[in-house]
Amino acid sequence: MSEKTILLDHGSGGTASQDLIGNLFLKYLDNAILHGLEDSAILENQPGRLAFSTDSYVVDPIFFPGGDIGKLAVHGTINDLAMRGARPLCLSLGLILEEGFALADLEKIIASIAEASKSSGVPIVTGDTKVVPKGKGDKIFINTSGIGIVDENLDISSTRGRPGDNVILSGTMGDHGITIMTRRAGISLQGRLESDTMALHTMVAKLVAEVGDGVHTMRDPTRGGVATSLNEIAASCKLSIELKEEDLPVTPEVRTACEILGLEPLYLANEGKCLVIVSAEQTQQALAVMHGCREGAQAQVIGRLIEGPPGRVVINTPIGGSRIVTPLHGEPLPRIC
Amino acid sequence: MKYVDEFRDSALARPLLAELKKSCTRPLRVMEVCGSHTMAIFRNGIRSILPEGFELISGPGCPVCVTSASHMDAFIAMADQPGVRVAIFGDLFRVPGSTGSLANASSRGAKVDIVYSPMDALDLAAANPRDLVVFLGVGFETTTPGIAATIKAAKLRKITNFTVFSTHKVMPPPLTALLDDPELRIDGLLCPGHVSSIIGAGAYQVLVDKYRLACVVAGFETVDLLNGLILLARQVANGAPAVENTYPRAVSWEGNPRALKMVAEIFEPVDMEWRGLGVIPESGLRIRPDYSEFDAEKRLDVVLPEAEEAKGCRCGEILKGKSSPPECPLFNTRCTPANPIGPCMVSSEGTCAAYQKYGGA
Amino acid sequence: MCLAIPMRVTQVSGDPDDFTTSQVATVDADGISQEIRLDVVDRWPEIGDYLIIHAGFAIHTLDEEEAKANIELIRKMAESMPEELLR
Repeated sequence: MSEKTILLDHGSGGTASQDLIGNLFLKYLDNAILHGLEDSAILENQPGRLAFSTDSYVVDPIFFPGGDIGKLAVHGTINDLAMRGARPLCLSLGLILEEGFALADLEKIIASIAEASKSSGVPIVTGDTKVVPKGKGDKIFINTSGIGIVDENLDISSTRGRPGDNVILSGTMGDHGITIMTRRAGISLQGRLESDTMALHTMVAKLVAEVGDGVHTMRDPTRGGVATSLNEIAASCKLSIELKEEDLPVTPEVRTACEILGLEPLYLANEGKCLVIVSAEQTQQALAVMHGCREGAQAQVIGRLIEGPPGRVVINTPIGGSRIVTPLHGEPLPRIC
Repeated sequence: MKYVDEFRDSALARPLLAELKKSCTRPLRVMEVCGSHTMAIFRNGIRSILPEGFELISGPGCPVCVTSASHMDAFIAMADQPGVRVAIFGDLFRVPGSTGSLANASSRGAKVDIVYSPMDALDLAAANPRDLVVFLGVGFETTTPGIAATIKAAKLRKITNFTVFSTHKVMPPPLTALLDDPELRIDGLLCPGHVSSIIGAGAYQVLVDKYRLACVVAGFETVDLLNGLILLARQVANGAPAVENTYPRAVSWEGNPRALKMVAEIFEPVDMEWRGLGVIPESGLRIRPDYSEFDAEKRLDVVLPEAEEAKGCRCGEILKGKSSPPECPLFNTRCTPANPIGPCMVSSEGTCAAYQKYGGA
Repeated sequence: MCLAIPMRVTQVSGDPDDFTTSQVATVDADGISQEIRLDVVDRWPEIGDYLIIHAGFAIHTLDEEEAKANIELIRKMAESMPEELLR
C-alpha cells in the first residue's frame, strides 16, 4: 500500500479493501478461522449456554496513557461476557474509519488489538471495515461483539443480590475516566495517570470455579462509574446499597486530579475493574481468590446490600453522617464552583 | 494531600460534633452564603447529623444559579452565531435559559469549548484566529482576578479575537440587599472561604456593625466546617456577633490586594441583575473602556433579551433563603437533574441539586 | 463558591512587577503537577511554598504557620471534650 491515509476506496469492498485486509489486518490478527475471510465464522458447538455481548468504542483521544481505543475494544467486550460468568470464546471486529485517517495510526491500533486478543486468548474471528467521508466520523469508531460460554448451572445476574451480600470492588476507581478527561485539550495535568484497561476473564473464571454460587452479580463500572452501576444493581434486585466512604479505593494521583477539576471518582469510568456482589459467607473466600490475581490485587469490600427503598445507594461518611449517591445524569465535566 | 488531609481528620470530627451540640444552646438559623459550602456540608454528611435547632439555609453564593435567564439566553444566542466559539467553565454547560442550554446549542453545531482556566480560552483564541472566542464570564471574586489577568495578557499578547462576556458579580452587595428584607430572619452567616481570600475577612465587618450578625469565615474541609459552625453557635449563644476567621491559612483580614488591583485595572462596578433577586446596584463588574476591545457585549452588539422565569420555579425564593427545595412544587417532579427547570437544580452546587443529590439519607 | 486546593511550588518564573514576563509556577500535590499563573497571587512564592489554586491561578499563598496554629487549636478543643459526652 503506497497511500499514507485511509481513502473511501478502502471501504468499498474492491481491491483497495482486499489490500487493507491482506496487508494490515491479517498481518496482525491472523488465525485459522479469520484466515478464510468467509462471510461468517463457523464455530464448533460447546456444552453450556451462549453468552453474547456487543459494545462500540468512540473514545477521544484514541491513544492515551495505559492504552488505546483498540485495546479498550477488546478488553471491554471480553469483560462484558465475563461479568455474566461466561468464558469468552471469540470476538468480531467492526471498524468505521474516517477518510483521511492516518494508516500509521490504524496500524498501531490493529497491532494493539492483536496483542490484547493474543494475551487474553480470545481470537478475532470475523470483521468488517467501512469508510465514511471526511467530517462524517471521528478518525475511528470500533464495534466488538463477543460470544462466550456459560455453565448450565450458573446464574450471575443483577437480580440475584440478597440483603447481607457484600459489594467487592476489584481495585482503584476512576483511573480511566480521569486519564481521558485530562488528555482532552486544555487540561494539562502531569502525573502518573493512566487507564486501567485490562481483561478480567481469567480472574473471573477462578472466582466462579472456587466461589461458584456465592457470586450473585458482577458488573464492570464503565461509563457513569461505580455510582451508576451500583444504582442499577440496587434497582434490579430491589434493595438498597450502603457504602463506606473510607473503604473506597482511589489512588492519590486520581484523588488529587479530581480535586483540581471538581470531579468525583465514584462517577468516573473504569475499564479494568469489576464489582462483585457476593454472599456474606463467601466474601473472604472471594477476596482471597481475587488477591491472588494481578487483576484483583487491591480488591476490597466497599459496602453491602441491605433492606431499604429499592434502588437507593447511600454512603456513610467518616464522621458518621451519610448522603445519597445518585446515578450520573450526564457526562462529568470539570468545574470551578 | 498536605493542608487538606489534616482538616479532614475524622478522628477530630467526633469531638467537634459533640462540641457543636454542646454549643447549640438555643435554636439558630445560619445562612451559608457560598454554594461550595452547601455542597461540602451535604457531601461530608454534616447535613445529616446537625444538632436539632441548628438550621442551615442556602444563600445566593452560587454564581451559576444567580446568572439571570436573560444572560443565559444571550450566552446561547452568542454561541449560535457563526464564526463565534464560546469557552466556558463546565458548570455552565447544562444551565437552562428560556429555551434550552449551551449543551443544546452544542448539539445543533455551536462551538462550545469547556475549559479549566480562562487562560485556556486565550490559548484557544490564539490557536483559532478565524473564530471570535467569547469567554462566558460567571463567578465571584475568587474567579474575577484570573479573568482580569487573562484580559490583560490578551492585550499584552495582542490577541484580538479573544473577548469576555462579563456577568461577574461581587459578594457583599447581595448580602446587604437580602439582609435589608425584614422577612429574612437569620442569626449568622457562614462566610465564603475563597472569595474571602480575595476580599479579606474584614469585608464582613459592615454586616456585623449594621445587622448584628455573627459572621464566621470557614474553609471547606470537614474540620473547617465543624469549627466554623461551632463558633457561629457560640457567637449566637453569647449574643456577641463579630467577624471570626477560621480559615486563616487561606484568608487574611485584608485579603489579596494584588488581585484586587488587577480586577480594578480591568473592570469597573456596574448594576447587575441577579436571578431571583432583581437588579442590585454596583453588584457586578463590566470591562473598562480601556479594554473595550475585549468586551464581548460591545464587539457583538448584544441586546439582552427579556427572559421569562419558568412558571412555578422557586429558584428566586430559594436563593433568598426564603424557601427550601422540598417546598418548591417542581422539585424532583418536573424539575430534576436530568431535566432541570431552574439553575438551582442544574448547577453542581445549586441548592436543589445538593438536596436532590445528597439529601435525606 | 469556589473549588481551590493547596499545592506545593516546585518552580517559579517571571517577574512579579513585569506583566510582560510569563508569571508562572509549577505546583504539585500527591504526584500530580500543573503549571499555574502567578499574576494575581498576594505574595511572590518561593520553592516549597504552598499556593491555593483556583482555575489555573494562584489566589493566595498558604500561611503554614496559621495552618499549624489552627489545627493545634482545633485539636486542643477536641481533646478537652470529656469522654462521656462523646457517646
